[in-house]
Amino acid sequence: MSSEAFSATGNQMVADAFRQADPDVMAAYPITPQTTIVENYAKFVANGQVHTEFVTVESEHSAMSACIGASAAGGRVATATSSQGLALMWEELHIAAGMRCPIVMANANRAISAPINIHGDHSDIMGTRDTGWIILFAETAQEAYDNSIIAFKVAEDPRVLLPVMTTLDGFVTTHAMDRCVLEDDQTVAKFIGQYHPLYPLLDTDHPVAQGMFANLGNSFMKAKLQVRRTIEGSLDVIKEAGQSWSDICGRPFDIVDSWGTEDADYLIVALGSMAGNARHTARMLRAEGKKVGVVRPRVFRPFPAKEIAQACSHAKRIAVFDRSDSLGAQFAPLGAEVATSLYNEGLSIPVSNYVVGLGGADVTIDEIKSVYSDLADGTGSGTISYLGIQE
Amino acid sequence: MATFDVDSFEDWKPSDFPQGFVCPEAGNSVKYKTGGWRSRRPIWDPEACKNCMLCWVYCPDASIQVKDGAMTGIDLDHCKGCGVCVSECRFGALKMITESEAKEA
Amino acid sequence: MQAGSKALNERRDMSQLIEIRWHARAGQGAVTAAKLVADSALMDGAYIQAMPEYGPERTGAPLRAYTRICSEPIEVHNNITNPGIVIVLDDTLLNSIDVLEGMSDDGTVILNTTMSPSEARKALKAPDAMKVAVVDATGIAMDTIKRDMPNTPIVGAFSKVTGIVPVEHVRERLKITFGKKFSPAIIDANLESVARAYEEVRL
Repeated sequence: MSSEAFSATGNQMVADAFRQADPDVMAAYPITPQTTIVENYAKFVANGQVHTEFVTVESEHSAMSACIGASAAGGRVATATSSQGLALMWEELHIAAGMRCPIVMANANRAISAPINIHGDHSDIMGTRDTGWIILFAETAQEAYDNSIIAFKVAEDPRVLLPVMTTLDGFVTTHAMDRCVLEDDQTVAKFIGQYHPLYPLLDTDHPVAQGMFANLGNSFMKAKLQVRRTIEGSLDVIKEAGQSWSDICGRPFDIVDSWGTEDADYLIVALGSMAGNARHTARMLRAEGKKVGVVRPRVFRPFPAKEIAQACSHAKRIAVFDRSDSLGAQFAPLGAEVATSLYNEGLSIPVSNYVVGLGGADVTIDEIKSVYSDLADGTGSGTISYLGIQE
Repeated sequence: MATFDVDSFEDWKPSDFPQGFVCPEAGNSVKYKTGGWRSRRPIWDPEACKNCMLCWVYCPDASIQVKDGAMTGIDLDHCKGCGVCVSECRFGALKMITESEAKEA
Repeated sequence: MQAGSKALNERRDMSQLIEIRWHARAGQGAVTAAKLVADSALMDGAYIQAMPEYGPERTGAPLRAYTRICSEPIEVHNNITNPGIVIVLDDTLLNSIDVLEGMSDDGTVILNTTMSPSEARKALKAPDAMKVAVVDATGIAMDTIKRDMPNTPIVGAFSKVTGIVPVEHVRERLKITFGKKFSPAIIDANLESVARAYEEVRL
């Protein structure tokens, strides 16, 4: 049953989701703006509200290493990080996915140096997009909670057994106070269920060797292909888990959240909290009779290509907002994904790509209006630009 | 737990591999015969051997065979012929010969 | 998944969105006040947001904080650039910061100051249509809480001037929030500061 509405930050909501999942092990290192997730969680441990073994480590590299060890041993494992911390984990992220460790990690999406910047964007998370982790994006604190619960269900599903990142935008979602509700502990525990590890190292009656070598021949390619097919197939599991959570809590879960797409001529595709800004603006423009819409993937890995193409199929022109850049590439990460998705579905809809909101810059209503107006004029198609920055 | 015919893993399809690329059959390296890598082999003289076990300690391939505290021979299926046993032996009980010498003998 | 399944049937009336911008110096409790207003509105079932403008935390440095209140879910997450209400916790900020920036001419300003309403209007260069309210929140805080914490009294003034949240909710919410951290004596002093500012605020 849902609690009464109360005010909470995204980080508080993630910590509560983790408390309700009650992992066996959490190994984490603090970094802005993730800190209050682990800080709140450490309180739950100290108060005896969870049975988790909290491992304090000396770096994020060690945090993820300890998480992999604990997961290989057969435990439910969670952690959280951000920005430079996530970057320091990078080599371990591949190992967690390759060893099929269903670790759940919250990431407070933040800029990457240089220059130094502690604020929100997607540069950190996009650097991990090819590691084999499932990646979820929350628009609000409430969604950060819901995604974090679904994350455990999906990660530990025997059809998946892959690590999942449940991400929320630094400060905008991690630290802003928002209206939220919690489901009760029993409901969450029942929904997530027991974790039955496949090859736990602690099962000494069935000894296995983990972290194997596959140097020559094609078994390395076969192993990677197995992970590719598994993460592709996880989209159906995410839909299923999202739907059953939605049935319990009454809040919608769409792999791709589409607004106004059935008749919109001009669409903005965006991830995370800035999609709310776009929808807020689109509502204003709709009131003026303009046919505009917003498409927001809630899942970035696996990329919901067919769902995106379907949501975009009626549009005349599309703008994709990226809160990070892929320096040297033709488009930024989401822009490239959307363009490829349209191409593969045989849709030739012009796409313009905007890099927006880097380092915590606001994606303002005026800027969003200017993009819809560019779409109507047809300016910028096929190009990438930094929104609001004059060259 | 599913069982796997590990000996034929090179014929497996990607979906046949155990998830996480684990080796589901621990301790199966005994099946992997490395004796063929050898160009020289150790010869053991039981008369000179004092069963000090230094060779057993140093052998990187666990190829010194021991029963009830006494050496019984050398596992030539796995011995790679590195010669560390000969180098460590204080009693002249081990010496290296070439594989062709061994064949002639 | 149907394209546009959520569609336009859930139209929202965002005209009721209330946006409040707080100006203060770090350490004066503006963020606590921004949250207190939001939590008080939440007691009426409103949707809310409250956040500081994040940056290095340096006591005395000028900072902004924001509160949003609406009867509909709030989707916009930006800093507030066109507030309907501005609350200034320190009148020395007027020398360095344009606290009215982006405000519409018929907005409301609540200023912690010993100035009279007309002096304040002049100092702010406020247009005629703008509502300017003054309260000596610092004086009230020194009398009641015995510390320079103008943040709780000014919420009492906000309740009176705007009518957005009933003062009973502010008092109720204050007891809950402060109850976790402070002694009954300090809570009572804060409650008194709210009541006094509610009475003493002038237009």
